[in-house]
Amino acid sequence: MDIVLPLATYASTDAMTNLWIALGIGVIFGVFLEQGGMGSATQIMGQFTLRNFAVLKIMFSAIVTCTIGLYWFAQVGLLNYDQLVIEPTYLWAQASGAILFGFGFIVGGLCPGTACVAVASGRGDGVALLIGIFAGIVLFNETFTLLEPLYYSAPVEARSLPQLLEWGEHQMLALLTTVALGAFLVAHRIEKSQAANDRKQTS
Amino acid sequence: MNPYLAGVGVGAALLAAFALAGRGLGATGGYSTAVATAAASVAPEHVAQSVPYRAYIDDAAPLVLGDWLVFELLGVLVGAFVSALVCRRFALTVERGNIGVPSRLTMAFLGGLLMGFGARLARGCTSGQGLTGGAMYSIGGWLFIACAFAAAYAIAPLVTRTWRAH
Repeated sequence: MDIVLPLATYASTDAMTNLWIALGIGVIFGVFLEQGGMGSATQIMGQFTLRNFAVLKIMFSAIVTCTIGLYWFAQVGLLNYDQLVIEPTYLWAQASGAILFGFGFIVGGLCPGTACVAVASGRGDGVALLIGIFAGIVLFNETFTLLEPLYYSAPVEARSLPQLLEWGEHQMLALLTTVALGAFLVAHRIEKSQAANDRKQTS
Repeated sequence: MNPYLAGVGVGAALLAAFALAGRGLGATGGYSTAVATAAASVAPEHVAQSVPYRAYIDDAAPLVLGDWLVFELLGVLVGAFVSALVCRRFALTVERGNIGVPSRLTMAFLGGLLMGFGARLARGCTSGQGLTGGAMYSIGGWLFIACAFAAAYAIAPLVTRTWRAH
């Protein structure tokens, strides 16, 4: 089959079409995040009280779904994987940024994407969190000259894990699927034992 | 909806983004464009000299980086609003566990502040690094997922008691 994907590259979609695509994809993203309960900080916090692992289940099944799709599109020759945008890795910047992010995530109870869903669901905490995000971005931008050395520290030449490990796409997909299934099993175990504990305490 | 099913739906949106636009989903990037656009109208000279603002409103690449995400986020707002309305989950309220509204709003603001700053430093958030980077087997993406959740669980005992167990 002829390579046609990504469409933006091979059909040279114009900027306006691309924005309509963004809007449409955003609608699907928003619907499924909301349906998964991700507009609710209470539901998201279940991930950290170990009562409800919806965050993990949604994230990992989304990643696996997308990866399987990309794998098959590439296998049948529809998609050129090398045309997909992938962010470069800078170890210290990403590790330290992610740690701050993790603190913020559990303190705020929503993440940047789910805050958008919370706002659309009428949640005031989503609005406060969004204002915080804007403030955090301004803070970063205004202190960027100080952060610059950290921001560009420890670049990794390999673009992705398969490149780093020198693994093929089949092995990577097998590994990812195994890790995801393992994580789902562990999550179910913990949910069950926590539910049993809670029942014991109330009775 | 079953969370696995919701995840498959989110994954389909992510796959569509890659297949059609050649890029994944994001959130903080869209907010960064909004912030940079607002800042440019308030203090154009300051923004013109600032690399991190300019990165999101570069005239040379007008509809590439941030604008795509702004439209995606507008879509998220619409999709989530309709979904919440149809399923009768829309409510003007503050989800707050067992603390008062002012405390909850302060916590949400502080959490947002840390996330906005952290996501910019990490070049993405749970969407841009977690979902998108995760699906691309990005090294930084998986590092982000590991570090963010490790950090959250590390301070979980301090925070989770403010939420009723669910």
